[in-house]
Parts: sequence; structure tokens; C-alpha cells
Amino acid sequence: MARVRFTPHLRRFFDLPDAHTVEAQTVADLVARLDEEWPGLGFYITDETGRLRQHVAVWVDGKRVKDRDALQDEVREGSEVHILQALSGG
Amino acid sequence: MATTNDRLLIGTRKGLIEAHRSNGSWTLKDPALPGQPIPYAMRDARNGSIWASIDHGHWGVKLSRSKGDDGTYEEIEAPKYPESAEKAAKYYWILAPGGVDTPDQFWVGTEPGALFGTNDDGATWDFNQPLWDLCVEHEWMGGGRDGAGIHSICVDPRDGNHVYVGISCAGVLETKDGGTTWAYINKGQRMDYAPDDQQDAEYGHDPHCVVMSPANPDVLWQQNHCGVYRSTNGQTWDELSQKPYVYFGFPIATHPDKPDTAWIVPMDSAEERTTVDGRLLVMRTDDGGATWNEQSDGLPERAWDFPYRHALDVAPDGETLAFGTTSGNLYVTHDGGASWEALSNSLPLIYSVRFA
Repeated sequence: MARVRFTPHLRRFFDLPDAHTVEAQTVADLVARLDEEWPGLGFYITDETGRLRQHVAVWVDGKRVKDRDALQDEVREGSEVHILQALSGG
Repeated sequence: MATTNDRLLIGTRKGLIEAHRSNGSWTLKDPALPGQPIPYAMRDARNGSIWASIDHGHWGVKLSRSKGDDGTYEEIEAPKYPESAEKAAKYYWILAPGGVDTPDQFWVGTEPGALFGTNDDGATWDFNQPLWDLCVEHEWMGGGRDGAGIHSICVDPRDGNHVYVGISCAGVLETKDGGTTWAYINKGQRMDYAPDDQQDAEYGHDPHCVVMSPANPDVLWQQNHCGVYRSTNGQTWDELSQKPYVYFGFPIATHPDKPDTAWIVPMDSAEERTTVDGRLLVMRTDDGGATWNEQSDGLPERAWDFPYRHALDVAPDGETLAFGTTSGNLYVTHDGGASWEALSNSLPLIYSVRFA
């Protein structure tokens, strides 16, 4: 299981906990599981093509995900995942 | 459920603000959807629902709706591009109810260059493939944004299957069969940003805002990137430009009962994008665009802010108008534009103003 932490920005739109555990092998998997739990959440993180939104940052074990198109970065047992907004607004 | 003269929906960079008039004076409410950019908000007079498009900086574009007048909004299913389009929605430009004869129909125009329709009150959305095919085949380009945008939707009150759309940049297109087939309606327009021999091309034009006369739906008015135009047959355009005050700008509004009456807010040019000579004023015509009168009483003598394309509207009474500007100034008139007053000089940037 990976542990996911959410930016407070997302908690404006969804009733999210501080942290949530998810069974997933990739970031794409993880987003799909989260969307099952909170319908619509996935569309905040990715667009309809499945790409990570331009101003969203996902970190896995201290590193920003590299595959922003298909989200195939690996998620391991015990991984720490952060879903954050990029500080593109200053 | 009719649209009233006494209620405004103001889409701003920091939420959806309502203004209400009671006993002759207007009151502004605190924003619904606070902090969220609202490119467009309108009320569907057929059922009273208020629809708002949202442009989250980080989280993408969404749709929200209020079914009542209690100020509560619920996010609804957003139109999504099909996989075959290989695109994602960048902006929900315009929200438009279908006709009175198609009561469950609702349209959304988007960037990049797509039109979505629902026939089940927004539960599911149909991507208009025929229009998208034209966008791809003819390589519609953006006007001020990365992708082409459908920002104007005019539904014929006599026939909900007869619809015009305005697209930056493609021009105006018409469907007579509810969106199955489309035809360019661009004859008479001229694009000064194209090579000389291409300025009257079939497509590529940049209408900034297109409106239909409710009193005579064969009459269309258009504030274009390259002048002001009118069509009296729904097929060809006559240029009405009279520089400097009748040429460049974004919004245009037409009188609900008088097809020969319209208002624009002049801007200097595509290059400057300010008021003309620092004068914020409204131009009104009552003779189909042959002559225009300045309306500036009550507006600031020096100002450089201006209204975006959806930020001018006229109420059903034809006397009450409102417009909001890029600097958050909101102006109203109760006498058809003869005199104006500022309802606020300190709103967030205003994207849209609609009577509700």
C-alpha cells in the first residue's frame, strides 16, 4: 500500500483526509483508485487524455513523476505520494 | 422564469457575484464559488438553472450549476473531448440554452474549437464531430489564445435546430439541422491580418462576439477583430465600421425588441487594446449601424480598461444595460445608455455580465 497526501487546495472540492492508503503499482493506477473513492477527483489531477495537468505536481518518494503523459512511474509498497499544485501562480 | 431586468450574474476572476436591484438601487452580494475564476455564468430562463464555467488554474476547467436561487452550486459532469480528438478541454467559453422547442438541450462552446451538446440536462454530453472535423481539416487557429475558441452561440427562437456559432478564428458557422451539417457564413467579412488576396477567404475570420436579434432572428450583429458587422439575412455581412469608435472591441449587444439598435464599447486597436484615446464610452446605433451616438455620461473621462466579449448585456426592457471591465469596474444604465453609473470600482477582473 502507498500512502497519499493531498494538497489542502484539493480539499476545497473533495472531502479528503490528510493521508490515504492505496494499493497501486503505478501513478496511473493510483489516480484511478482515488477516482473510484472520490468520483471526479481524477479529472482534477489529469485531463481527459490521461495526462497530468500542466500545473499539478505528483511526487513519489521524494521525486517528481517523470512520465506526465501516461503516469507510468512506479509506486511501491510503502511509497509516499504527494499530490500538489505546482507553484505556477507565484 | 423569464430573465429579469433586476438581477445580474457577474463572472469574475475571484468568483460569481450577483447584483440585485430593488426600489431602484443595486446591491452586490458576496461571491458564490469564491476565489474561483468564472469565465461565464448565465441563467437558463426555461427552468431557472444557473450555469457557471470555472477555470481552475491548477485543476482544469469545470462546470457548476445551481438549480435554485439559494446560492448553492454543484459541480456537474463536464464535457470531455473523445479520445479520437487527442485534445483536452482548455476553456469553456460559452454556455447557451437550446431553443424553446428543444427544452432539454443545452450547448457549451469550448477551446480548442469544439461544441458540446446535452439533451439530458447535462448528465451526458455529445461532442459535435462534424464541426470538429472542420476545425481539424481547416486548421482553425486561436485568437489571443492557443486554440480556436467557440465563444458565441445563437439559437433561433423559431427553431432550436437552427444555430449559429462564432469562432475565433474560423468565423461564423450555421447549422439548420441541430448540428449535423455546418456551413460557413462569412461573406462580407474581411480579415486585415491575412495576405491581401486572402482577406475575404471562406474561413479564418475572427468574430469577437456574435449576437442574434430576439425580435428578428434573421438579424445578426458582430463585433469582429476587423470591424463591426451586421447581417439582415443571416447569410451575408455588411461592414458598419467608422473608425475610430466603431471598429475594434469585444462585446456587442442588440435591443431585445429593436433589430436596428445595438451597443458596442470601442477599443483603440488590436495592437493597443485600450480605450480609444483613453475615453471609456459606449456607442449606440438605432438605424442598423448607419449612424452611431456616443454615450459617455457618467463614465470616467479617463480610463483604459475595457469589457471582455461577454461582459456587456442588455436587459429584457431594452433600457437597462450593464458592462464590467478588466479592472473590475461595473457600470449600469437605466435609460438605454444615455447615462451610466458605477455599481462598483473594486470588483475582481470581470469576464462576463449577464442579466438573469
